[in-house]
Parts: sequence; C-alpha cells; structure tokens
Amino acid sequence: MFSNRYIFIYATVLVVVIAAVLSMTAQFLQPFQQRNIRIAKIQDILTSAGIDSKRTNAEELFDRYIVEQRLINRHGDIVDDGRNPFDVELRDELRRLQDLERGRGTEEPVFPLFISEVNGERKYIVPVIGRGLWGPLWGYVALLGDFNTIAGVVFDHAGETPGLGSQIAESWFHKQFVGKRIFDDNDNFVSVRLMRGGANNPHGVDALSGGTITGDGLSETIQTSLENYVPYFRNQRRQQQQNIK
Amino acid sequence: MENKKQPLFSPANMKLLSKPLGRDNPITVQVLGVCSALAVTVQLQPAFVMAVSVIAVLAVSNLLVSLLRTTIPPRIRMIVQLMIVAFLVIIVDQILLAFAFEISRQLSIFVGLIITNCIVMGRLEAFAMTNKPWQSFLDGIGNATGYGVILLIVAFFRELLGSGTLWGFQVIPNAFYEAGYVNNGLFILPPMALILVGVMIWIHRLKNNELIEKN
Repeated sequence: MFSNRYIFIYATVLVVVIAAVLSMTAQFLQPFQQRNIRIAKIQDILTSAGIDSKRTNAEELFDRYIVEQRLINRHGDIVDDGRNPFDVELRDELRRLQDLERGRGTEEPVFPLFISEVNGERKYIVPVIGRGLWGPLWGYVALLGDFNTIAGVVFDHAGETPGLGSQIAESWFHKQFVGKRIFDDNDNFVSVRLMRGGANNPHGVDALSGGTITGDGLSETIQTSLENYVPYFRNQRRQQQQNIK
Repeated sequence: MENKKQPLFSPANMKLLSKPLGRDNPITVQVLGVCSALAVTVQLQPAFVMAVSVIAVLAVSNLLVSLLRTTIPPRIRMIVQLMIVAFLVIIVDQILLAFAFEISRQLSIFVGLIITNCIVMGRLEAFAMTNKPWQSFLDGIGNATGYGVILLIVAFFRELLGSGTLWGFQVIPNAFYEAGYVNNGLFILPPMALILVGVMIWIHRLKNNELIEKN
C-alpha cells in the first residue's frame, strides 16, 4: 500500500524536519548552556583547590581566590599571547602539540595554569583531559607549593558506565588523591595511577572494580596532561631549592 | 474506532488517565521502565525531574505518532517512532542543560536513555498507532504519570532512609544522629530500589486480587 518511493520520501522529509527543529532549538539554548558550562568549570577549579562554592557565588569566589592565571609553554616558560587562560581550550592545545610532534604544525601549544591563594597558601591548578571508556574525561588537579604533592582533584565524565566507571566523578574517589606525589624520590615524573592496592603507593590510588578501562583512561589522562607542565614544575622546584641554599 | 464524537473528558477518556495509575501501572504491573526507576531514585529532586521529562516525552510522542499514524509506512514504523522519541528526548536534554544544569548532570545518561525506556515505545506501538490524537495524548500522560508516581514513592523512602533528607532538606533531626541513629547506606544503592519496587508490587497485588496469576 506504500510504495518504496513514498517510504524514501517520507523518511527523508521526516529527518530533514527533525534536524531543522533540533538545530534551531540548540541555537536558541546555546547561550544559556554556555553560561552553565562556564560556571561548572569555575566550580570545578574551586573544588580542586578545596574551596566550596555554590552556583550563585562561584564567580565571586573565583575572583577572590584565584589570584593568578598563566599560560605555560612546553619548555616551562610563562608566555602571554593576549588570551585569557580561562578561555584556552586544552583540547585544542593538545591537538597542536600532537601536530607538532608529527611534524605537521608550527604553532606552539600553551597550557593554562590557575593559582589559588587561601590564607596565604598557594595551590597550582592544572586542567586535565582525556578519554574514558565511552567518551571524554576531564578534570582539574591542584598541587601544593612543592609542585609535587596533590592538594585536591576533580574529575568528571560525559557518559561512563553508571555505578562502575562513573565513580571517578564521586568525591570519595577524589579524596584518595590527596597527598599523593607526582615525582618519585629521584625527581622523575611518574604521575599518579589507578592500580590494585594503590592506596598504599605514594604514586597510586585504588583502582575501581568494574571500571578498569575508565580507570586506565583516567591514569592516562592525568599522565599526558600533567606531562606538559613538568618542565615548568621543574623550573619552579629548582628555583625553590636555590632559594633555600 | 472512528465512531461518534466523545466529549474531551468523557469517562472513557478519563480511564485512559487513571488506569495506568492503578490497575495498569507500567512499573508495578507491566514491569516496564524498571532500569531507570532503580537509577534515578536516590533523591526526590532528580526523580521528579525524570518523571516530568518522561511525561513530556511520552505525551508528545504519543500525540505526534497518533497524528501521523495513517501516513507512517508500516515497514519503517519502528524507525519513525524512534526518530520522534529521540527527537523529543534530545530537546528535553538540551532544555535541562540550559535551565537545570545540576540536575542534568545528576541524571547524566538517564535522560538520553528515555529513548530506550520500554514504556515509551510500548505505548507508541500498543496505543498511539491505532488511536486518535487526544486519547493518545491522555494515554501518554497517564502512563508516564503512573511511572513517575512509583519513581517518587521509591525516591521518597530512599532519600529519607538513605540520606536523612527530603528534596535536599534535612528532615531527621540532629538529635537522632547524636542518639546513635545512622543513615542506611543500602538505600543509596540500586538493589534497595529493586527491593522497594518488589514490595510495592506485592502491596499492589494484595489489594488487587485479579492481578495475581493463577498457577
């Protein structure tokens, strides 16, 4: 009763109409969503530095406690290319780095760094991004003034398995990272990994049962993101040691 | 089907609304949509948002499919239904992202998973494809509300006993905690939701003997 021709036309028209309505809706809602995403980013940065915030006071607290925002290049130097570090997308910078390593691009990547100061104590907050099992992972790692000990972390994900991999977004999981160190005793960068029995390891935390691939993705995320800051951390640590002498 | 006109709120139409709340409840009688009922009922607020989202999606998709029912080629009807459901779910998801960001994060993938909620496709196939738009709309609201009510009842007990709060506000006084009361951690975990749904099915059948299978 319905010809093939009818079916094809019907399906095509339906798809086009739905696509049109959806893109209009997305266009209309985008400003609201972007504001939400911005505030969520601010809250994540604050949380990693141990500052509690609400949606309503997040921007105010950010202005008060985040005393400096910097851009760092691969060699550990502070650069200023006129951009606001907050608006620098780590994803784009990592792509630039990849291009450079493959000999394709010429643009030097830069990496954002946020510095918080509460009661005179400074924490250095770096963003991390990577891939989990089903989609992107992201978060922030805050380091103490020794550029080695983790002061706090926040991780989030787009769609890891609920109850398994999704636990990386829970605060009890984040707490495990506090006090872990990213450099070993010989000053080699070792990052912090999720591993079996990690709780007793200064460079590890307990892995998640049933969330192995998400966990490995997170270990990778932390490692590859922090790696870019290592020259800067080293410079800072060297300076500190010289100051002591 | 296409017989004489009925008033909008005739008794037959009202039954479409009320039956899913009791004898035909999608969760406790048809045992559909249990997956999300377990996942989003840790607290009342996300459960409420989820219920409203499902009501919106089911009512509108029932309405749209019913309006299009004579034009939909049977050979691709499931795909067409799925397109319409997915379309509505994306809109709901985008609206939550814009205006209820925190809750949208809490509900995470479960909003997207409304697409696969058996209640939605079930009602489209069983009802909207063969009934008029208004009836389909009512049927959608009725069934989604039946789902939502169970969600809220489960969430009420889980939040009260698991976290000592309701809608995020603490209701169990501090004095209780000082006297040694502890929140029951089991209520936060999905298995407890399954047990609660089981208990509700049991109570429901105690009151409606005709629901009990003979064997």
